[in-house]
Amino acid sequence: MTLAYLTSSAFASQLINLCAAILLLLGFAMLAQRRVLSLINLFMMQGLVLCTSTLIVAITTHQPHLYWSAGLTFLLKVLALPYILHRLIRRLSVKWDIETLLNIPTTMLIGIFLVIIAFNVAQPISLLSGTITRATIGIALACVLLSFLMMITRSKAVPQVIAFLAMENALFFAATSATYGMPMVVELGIALDVLVGMVILAVFFFQIREQFDSLDIRHMEKVHEE
Amino acid sequence: MIELALVLGTPLVTAIILALVGHRRYAAEINAAGSLLTLISAALLTSRIIAKGPMWFYEMQFFVDPLNVFLIALTALVGFTTSLFSRPYMRIEHDHGRLSSGRLRLYHSMFQMFMCTMLVALSTNNLGILWVAMEAATLTTVLLVALYRTPASLEAAWKYFILCGVGIAQALFGTILIYFAAERILGHEGNALLWTHLNSLRMQLEPTTLSLAFVFLIVGYGTKTGLVPLHNWLPDAHAEGPTPVSAVLSGLLLNVALYAIIRCKVLVDGALGTRFAENLMMAFGLLTVVVPAFYLSRQKDIKRLFGFSSIEHMGLITFAFGMGGPVASVAGLLHMTVHSLTKSAIFFAVGHAAQMAGTQVIDDIQGLLKRSPTIGWGLMLGTLAILGMPPFGVFTSEFMILTTAIKHHPWATPILLCALGVAFASMFHKVQGMVFGEPTVKPLAHNPALVPVFLHLGLVLMLGLWIPPYLSDWFRQAAKFIG
Repeated sequence: MTLAYLTSSAFASQLINLCAAILLLLGFAMLAQRRVLSLINLFMMQGLVLCTSTLIVAITTHQPHLYWSAGLTFLLKVLALPYILHRLIRRLSVKWDIETLLNIPTTMLIGIFLVIIAFNVAQPISLLSGTITRATIGIALACVLLSFLMMITRSKAVPQVIAFLAMENALFFAATSATYGMPMVVELGIALDVLVGMVILAVFFFQIREQFDSLDIRHMEKVHEE
Repeated sequence: MIELALVLGTPLVTAIILALVGHRRYAAEINAAGSLLTLISAALLTSRIIAKGPMWFYEMQFFVDPLNVFLIALTALVGFTTSLFSRPYMRIEHDHGRLSSGRLRLYHSMFQMFMCTMLVALSTNNLGILWVAMEAATLTTVLLVALYRTPASLEAAWKYFILCGVGIAQALFGTILIYFAAERILGHEGNALLWTHLNSLRMQLEPTTLSLAFVFLIVGYGTKTGLVPLHNWLPDAHAEGPTPVSAVLSGLLLNVALYAIIRCKVLVDGALGTRFAENLMMAFGLLTVVVPAFYLSRQKDIKRLFGFSSIEHMGLITFAFGMGGPVASVAGLLHMTVHSLTKSAIFFAVGHAAQMAGTQVIDDIQGLLKRSPTIGWGLMLGTLAILGMPPFGVFTSEFMILTTAIKHHPWATPILLCALGVAFASMFHKVQGMVFGEPTVKPLAHNPALVPVFLHLGLVLMLGLWIPPYLSDWFRQAAKFIG
């Protein structure tokens, strides 16, 4: 392995495909994870992979704004959001919560089915991609759908929010890997929205628990069924 | 230049001021004054666009043409009248102890912030910024819907946040796909998301990518528009938030989300050259007209009732834009205008009616007419208008939509007529009982602000009888953009 190979786009695209695969694996891991604490750690790992893949694209394509993007991802998704979530579950004392009533094998099977759909849908687009990372759009779509599934199957508020954030991660991955990143102003805007949304939700958690004595969403769905 | 800065800056500055003094006695006046200033700047911007045609601002990041300037003016107008209505309304809520001073401050500040995000979403040229502004609008309204902090309002806000958050994430994926297609032609500088650039090259955009993008975009922004089957958040959010918020949600936010779909549809139409986007919009539209019609008769809460009615009208507008062509597009735009005005007027009247009765349950609100003829008549006329009775403007636009449907899509006409008929029967019956009948309601402590109600209904009546020539020119120009 020479230095020339290490900086070549062929090697970079291998690495990004690796990142994509890890991201998908983490998506499945989150789907099967019952513990809130482990979910947050998985989410943090997802952020780290996202940051790495953005950095690789930045190095190979010499796009200055992608370095910023990678830095932003690191700050927001590896440091800030997991920190907020950790604090939150400590203060809500749901740190060791285990979700029951979750049929993991079935969920995984549906997940596999979703991945197949995502690959099929994304195939014609992947063929067009001129970027170094053509296969990744299918994986990104698969990750979006997996997070979506996770949101549907979870009944506790904190896992639902983590699923929501994981979906945002997958979208970010689609943006950086398939298109070399969105314009900087848009990325900043999205990051700000995510952060503000998280803060609002954190406030919400306390109020929901105060009102319902639980963070279980099923307790809420009682009045308006029609 | 300065006009747009004023349109976008005034609500932002007012929001900051109100974040500091929003709990004071005079906060409602500041709120109204800020909204008035926004309205005046919007009017100036409008006259400038009418005189000079479409314009770009700030390195082409903002773009104003006849289509969005008309929505900007409408948004500013309804924002102003809502701020007038909310003055006595929120005062009464405060006196009843439903809201603390801190919540009042949050309300005032977030109301202006919400106006700001909607105006940014309408005026931006960048599809990415459009998304960011829509998401910001969701965040501000989540706070507004949860204002009372009751279990029901928290539930509604949570549902709203999760559903619209997921929905709008799909829209982001659609935007990324558009960027993906555009970047191959425009390069990856900042320009590839500018709508005007995309529009000038729309024939060259890659069709497969764009059609997939549009599916994500219509599902994403459609969630915010309240298209069936993504409408679940809407009735709850309307019922549990304070009434001024229901009025702006129904009257404005839904329009802004629909506007986003329309902008994207123009691009997709150009790239595909088929009726794919149109057909998708027609299908969603028709479903959205039919389904809520059958929910209407089962509603017990007056604000939920009108929430469902908003869904139905959004479906009608989506269907109109889906049919396309000059007449249907003008009808869609006209319907957007009259629906905004009528529905917000209804919510103003409903808000005070619910305060008089101390409840939102329809059966417990009786005999409004005897206690307060103005509120009673406001609600009655508003309901007649929204149900499409001539001579109000809603009749005109529905008539235009139906005649176009008869001409080009005759199979849809009976379905539409049937849904409108069912809606009429179920809503009129309920409102009749509220307005007439033996009074169970008590008079209000503060004088209600009913000028906005009759101002809106007057405008709707005028639009039904006579559309001013400059307005119809404006509609026609905007309809040409939509195609």
